[in-house]
Amino acid sequence: MRKKKRTFGRVGMFILCAVFALMFLMPTVLTITNSFMSESEIQSNYGMIFSTTTGGYVSETVNLKFIPDRVTISQYVTGLIKSPDYLIKFWNSLILVVPIVIFQVAVASVAAYSFTRWRGRIRSGIFFFYVILMLMPYQVTLVPNYLVSRWLGLLNTRWAIILPGIFAPFSVFLLTKFMRRIPYSLIEAAKVDGASEWQIFTRVCLPQCRSALYSIAILVFIDYWNMVEQPLILLQDAESQPLSVFLSSINAGEIGLAFAMATVYMVPSLLLFLHGEEYLVEGIANSGSVKG
Amino acid sequence: MKRRGIHLSEQKKDFLRSLCFLSPSLLGVGLFFILPFGVVVYYALIDGVGSRRFVFLQNFVKLFHNSAFLMAAKNTLSFSVMAVPLAVVLSIVLALMLECRIPLKSQFRTFFLSPMMVPVASVVLIWQVLFNYNGTINEFLALFGADKIDWLQSEYCQVVVLILFLWKNLGYNMILFMAGLSNIPKELLEVADVEGASERYKFFAIKLRYLSPTVLFVTILSLINSFKVFREVYLLTGDYPFEKLYMLQHFMNNTFRNLDYQKLSAAAVIMAIVMVALIALLFKAEDWFGKDVEG
Repeated sequence: MRKKKRTFGRVGMFILCAVFALMFLMPTVLTITNSFMSESEIQSNYGMIFSTTTGGYVSETVNLKFIPDRVTISQYVTGLIKSPDYLIKFWNSLILVVPIVIFQVAVASVAAYSFTRWRGRIRSGIFFFYVILMLMPYQVTLVPNYLVSRWLGLLNTRWAIILPGIFAPFSVFLLTKFMRRIPYSLIEAAKVDGASEWQIFTRVCLPQCRSALYSIAILVFIDYWNMVEQPLILLQDAESQPLSVFLSSINAGEIGLAFAMATVYMVPSLLLFLHGEEYLVEGIANSGSVKG
Repeated sequence: MKRRGIHLSEQKKDFLRSLCFLSPSLLGVGLFFILPFGVVVYYALIDGVGSRRFVFLQNFVKLFHNSAFLMAAKNTLSFSVMAVPLAVVLSIVLALMLECRIPLKSQFRTFFLSPMMVPVASVVLIWQVLFNYNGTINEFLALFGADKIDWLQSEYCQVVVLILFLWKNLGYNMILFMAGLSNIPKELLEVADVEGASERYKFFAIKLRYLSPTVLFVTILSLINSFKVFREVYLLTGDYPFEKLYMLQHFMNNTFRNLDYQKLSAAAVIMAIVMVALIALLFKAEDWFGKDVEG
């Protein structure tokens, strides 16, 4: 009797999970499928909301539609081939985000090694400070960020975003938590064998953290790939804005195009995500508590 | 004198070594975050970039009489008070649901994480389609005879943002809790089963106890993310949204654009102080709840 009840509970649980999962997945699926609709179909579906002056048929109500009447790649042709705008913005995004990811992880791994290997009152004070800094909302660091960029003459250049990005304390924190799980005996053993600190770091520590490095890289990538506030404030030049900002300013007549470009924009995160999901989950899971 | 290096004690050498490894990060953080924050504090205490006269707390007093600031602070507070606990509770529920040994568990995990990747722009488009006056939600509710509302311009606007926030962050939090749950010693739960403990007892007395560090972590993360949701709010509603959605970030953005550095710096300092106090409080709370679980 009891067992029967339990299987029933599990079926119910499964259905509930499935419903939730569908709700969570809906925007992703919607973005992708709607990118294969023609602009006129999009307009007839969502015209009520976005259009101000479009001709043709506009339905009375909004039609949330998943499957296009006719699959077309015209949006992609418009966005990627007919005009270079989107490709340039995509490139802008890449040259902002890739250096941030690479150097943030590099700087952070060295710092995390230091926090792991040596402890003392001053250093744990500094670590606590990093935690606080990590938690500050962007608007608090906005002013300092802006001031420094102005002093250094970085305003309106990519460096105004890249440099603060490299030193963001987020990955220092996560990596330190990870490295502190490496058995101390490993480090001791290397030391006895006469390895220098740098050798211990590169040969013992880093190989142990491979999954953490990967997961942090993904998290940092996704975070900066979708940035909107920083470029809006630090880059006045419309030419050098990343695609995340440009996409958000797309006008009402081009919803279909927006979906198509959003899909293109999603590709790098999607690839990283699917390729490294196990690492990502492991990396997130191992960061579970704040104090190391 | 010349052999000074050799006389350094082992401890001091270690300190120097650790500094070597830390220096790239420390220099960057110092230059881009700490030093300028000092300047922000200074700005908050003077009356203008021109005259540079110290006025101490006057900027803060002015700020507390500023109705836009008060409204923004109230809205931000009410949103976070609503969003953070909900994010924690719901992600525990999701994690417990997935723990029930249901099929396709890892697929579900992926689905729940998928909102992380969706570009902000398309999130905003979809939310508009859903919550517009002529949008899908209203149409759906009309089936039950409900009246149409313009969600983002109504009393419920914070709820719309809340849904967005939960949708975006629950998956990540859920994984943290799943990891926390898997760290609970199995023997403990088995003993509880043998003793005939109820599910409720097992949850509150055992699981929640062991999850308390994770609860703290998720609370802090959700707090950060409840500030980050401003990005979507901004893109959905622009500089001056419906009154209830006017957040501190709007206030700071708008003040920034008006170049009112004194007001802005004072607001940044207040926000920083509140955050530090809050985090210290949460750390204390963890010490209190988690002391008999972790060494």
